[in-house]
Amino acid sequence: MALNNIWVFAQIANGTPTSSTLELLSKARSLTSNVVAFLGADGGNAAAALGEFGATKVYATGDLGGALPGVAVAGAMKAVIDAGETPDLVMFPQNYEGRDVMARLSVKLDKTVITNNVDIAESGDGVTVTTPIFGGNTLVNTAFTGAAPFLAAFRPKSFAAESAGGPAAAVTSVSVPDAGAAKVTAVHVEETSGPKLDEADIVVSGGRGLGEASNYSLIEELSKLLKAAPGASRAIVDAGWVPYSFQVGQTGKVVKPNVYIAVGISGATQHMVGMKGSKNIIAINKDKEAPIFGVADLGIVGDAMKVVPKLIEALKGR
Amino acid sequence: MNVIVCVKQIPDPAVPGALDGSTNTLKRDGKLILDDSDAYGVEMALQLVDKAGGGEVSLVSMAPNSETSGLRTALAMGAAKGVLVSDPALQGSDALTTAKILAAAVQRLGGADLIIAATESSDGYTGTVPEQMAEVLGLPSVTFAKKVSVENGALKVDRQTESGYDEVTCPLPALISVTAGVVEPRYPSFKGIMAAKSKPVEEVKASDLGVTPVGWEGAGQKIASVTQAEARQAGEVIEDDGETFGKIVEFLENLKVI
Repeated sequence: MALNNIWVFAQIANGTPTSSTLELLSKARSLTSNVVAFLGADGGNAAAALGEFGATKVYATGDLGGALPGVAVAGAMKAVIDAGETPDLVMFPQNYEGRDVMARLSVKLDKTVITNNVDIAESGDGVTVTTPIFGGNTLVNTAFTGAAPFLAAFRPKSFAAESAGGPAAAVTSVSVPDAGAAKVTAVHVEETSGPKLDEADIVVSGGRGLGEASNYSLIEELSKLLKAAPGASRAIVDAGWVPYSFQVGQTGKVVKPNVYIAVGISGATQHMVGMKGSKNIIAINKDKEAPIFGVADLGIVGDAMKVVPKLIEALKGR
Repeated sequence: MNVIVCVKQIPDPAVPGALDGSTNTLKRDGKLILDDSDAYGVEMALQLVDKAGGGEVSLVSMAPNSETSGLRTALAMGAAKGVLVSDPALQGSDALTTAKILAAAVQRLGGADLIIAATESSDGYTGTVPEQMAEVLGLPSVTFAKKVSVENGALKVDRQTESGYDEVTCPLPALISVTAGVVEPRYPSFKGIMAAKSKPVEEVKASDLGVTPVGWEGAGQKIASVTQAEARQAGEVIEDDGETFGKIVEFLENLKVI
């Protein structure tokens, strides 16, 4: 079927559209010429950037004033649909807010949701999305059945964000019928120095093989020397060694750096999904059967606590 | 305070997953265990009920073949009772149908002050079921809770965000999804395991809950094809002899990143 009208759930961080938003807009404009960026925020400042990447219209709720987007934005979307405009497809980023909004909207519209996708295609009279499973070794192509709108969430970095040079998109205000009972009372930002995990050219991640929490300082030191972003496996995030914002993997950040160094990480499916797209992978792990060696360009079978200090010394001496 | 926890019984994650060749759905016909992610929710519920000084923890689950082994683990931890929805008609159900079924199971238990789920299951990881359940039940919700308490009859939650966390307040009744690590799950005691054997688990079918259509018929999706991704080739793997750090330096030099 032809996709004539696509909505993208758009997000803004620090005044500019997030990279996921720009990726989804880029893909959407390759499928149709009517692309709506649906914002759970004030639209004015972002209209230029959203238009540049392919949005032809912006629907903006205005500041949510502490309401959670799940209830608020899904309600706003439903209200526009009830007023007569039906999108063929609504694209969501696979993240906290994206999942909440699509879940609420799916119940309001009684439509299925397909999550964790990396691609979408029009195929004959249908629309098919692609989801990697089993750590990305198997790709499942799923077709939507029934009537539009179709709801799909896409993993970060599934599409390239490319400027279309489009003009600023016209902003239409939409109302929020229900802000929901939950309220955000305070926002905490966990400060990190150095390059951002999902944008860094080099990422150095640590896992259980480091032995104990205090040894994570080696990862930080190595990162600093390489101008890399430090990352972590889910295991040590769950264990409380480092904040969640360090987590690489299915439930954390998806990274595709030039070089990924996995230190003491065995390579559970959960982790591999988040880093397998890296250009070059170096792995250090005690267990030579560890799955991480199956994707590493250079694998060192050894104790991370012996290899990394020597590597740090060698780099310092340069 | 009464709390209902949604628990999923999944194939052992240590065993490599496989697809059923005829339906292209995940094979779930072997022995199932309690999803690790759900142990955190069960623990959280037990602690909240304990702090409130009264009430009980109940469970809802949807699984094939009348499977209860994962439910028994949660009962052994201290939950009082459960509702299991097991019905061949449910095979092929999408996340929305699953949410409707679990929401109906919650209502069969008479609802609760708080409903807890994991953020996503470890086998299917669609990650939308808790929020969909909240919408079906008409409840407020806070997803990705990493710290939870009840003060003056309302929830106080630290909610995970991309850049840190938000403090969120929410009146009860409500639904939350909790992250792994929110609390340290207890191990069932021997006494708990023995007691779990006689705790009540009511088994019902989709029709008992009045949810239709379900399974493939209710799903707004169908699997068109399954293909193998291009496999990444493994490179050089060497045993550390005390000098392999030099190999890493050389590798980085060749890439011109140092």
